[in-house]
Amino acid sequence: MRITLIDYGAGNLPSVERAFQHLGASTERATTPEAITAAQVLVLPAVGHFGALMHALEAQQLAEAIRQSLAGPVPFLGICLGMHALYEGSAESTDRAGFGVFPGRAQPQPQSTHLRHLGWNQVEHIAEGRLLRGISPKAWFYFAHTCAVAAGVAAGPGRVIEMRPSAARTAEPPVGAVAICHYGRPFVAVAERGHWFAVQFHPEKSGEAGMDVLRNFLGALR
Amino acid sequence: MTLARRIVPRLDTDGSRLVQGVGLQNLRDSGDPAELASRYGAEGADELVLLNLPASPSGRAVFAETVRRVAAQLCIPLTAGGGIGSVEETRALLRAGADKVIVNTAAVREPELITRLSAEFGAEAVVLAIDAKRRDGIWEVIVRGAEAAGENVVSWAQEGCERGAGEILVTSMDREGTREGYDCALSDTVCDAVNVAVMVSGGAGTPDDFLAVFTDGRADAALAASMFHEGTVSIRTLKQYLDSRGVTVRT
Repeated sequence: MRITLIDYGAGNLPSVERAFQHLGASTERATTPEAITAAQVLVLPAVGHFGALMHALEAQQLAEAIRQSLAGPVPFLGICLGMHALYEGSAESTDRAGFGVFPGRAQPQPQSTHLRHLGWNQVEHIAEGRLLRGISPKAWFYFAHTCAVAAGVAAGPGRVIEMRPSAARTAEPPVGAVAICHYGRPFVAVAERGHWFAVQFHPEKSGEAGMDVLRNFLGALR
Repeated sequence: MTLARRIVPRLDTDGSRLVQGVGLQNLRDSGDPAELASRYGAEGADELVLLNLPASPSGRAVFAETVRRVAAQLCIPLTAGGGIGSVEETRALLRAGADKVIVNTAAVREPELITRLSAEFGAEAVVLAIDAKRRDGIWEVIVRGAEAAGENVVSWAQEGCERGAGEILVTSMDREGTREGYDCALSDTVCDAVNVAVMVSGGAGTPDDFLAVFTDGRADAALAASMFHEGTVSIRTLKQYLDSRGVTVRT
């Protein structure tokens, strides 16, 4: 199975590509909508600004092809900003929507912390998933981002919010959240929903633990 | 969960080979940076800094190739720099495999460069390196090894962050090469002044120096060159020591 990396010009694609190749996967870069449509597996490694990413995907005619792929059975992995693209949007850019396969939006960090979450942190496994299978709960992952999907609030389509005090205090993680990380506030570090996968950290930069995540992703494809 | 403090080997090159020496004189070839990178990655380094020294005769294409070869050996972040002064040069290093690019002298000459790089590549990809020398109770910004730029390190670091630098790398030119320990007062002052991660360089000689810069100095990351290259202490031993002293490190 070939891994198709969506190439819109992001800086970290070569590292992700190399990591998959190191694990024995064959890879290709997709720069056209046709290449995306033909893909068996799609990966979107992205960094920088949400608005710039969505604008670039639209401008390069890749967004519609991605939308159609997401409507079908093609497995999809979003990395870092690529994760935010799979959600409904980001506070970084209110006039650009994400692809919305996960409910919720990325929000900036609270003022109490450094402006950016930059460095190695650990995650808390909160649900059964495939990407973290066999990986120690003490493993460290490399994060480099400003915004993230908050994990402390109830979210999800179709959920009836009953106006009872206890429901208002319920802090259920968002739909699909498999692991959360705490920096200023809890946020989603790993999300899975059917054949859609999203990671906030950079697995290609997270040493052996990161390689294990990518290996698990490849394993989930079989 | 707290972020781990980062241990970061610094590899100075002449464009393609690791070099060591004091200042820019008497540089001696110390090996292949890609081989060393592979070893440091396996030993638990949290990141690598790869520099193209200013006096190096090698062109940009040669250094980009070195970045590519080093990045190919790593699955940890790589920060690269040395004489970077434009969006195109930054893009070349990022496409070669660097995750972050360092700007120093060019940014002092033209602060707008930081703004442009941050807008183009995201703040997470831009590191503002500041060389500092203590004088009359404050720290001055130094460029090209010895020349005072007429700026205060603290205000320059703050301006850099406002312009979009995602991280600051501050080097004490007083301590660099001395192995007498980091300038923890400099580290603490800069960390206090900005709200981005701060990497500190210059003076590492012993594991206690790292302990001091992470506690008294409050640094987020500490760099060392010869201390690691000469095998004075392994990264693994250093991390075990720091962990035993209560510093959060990735083990």
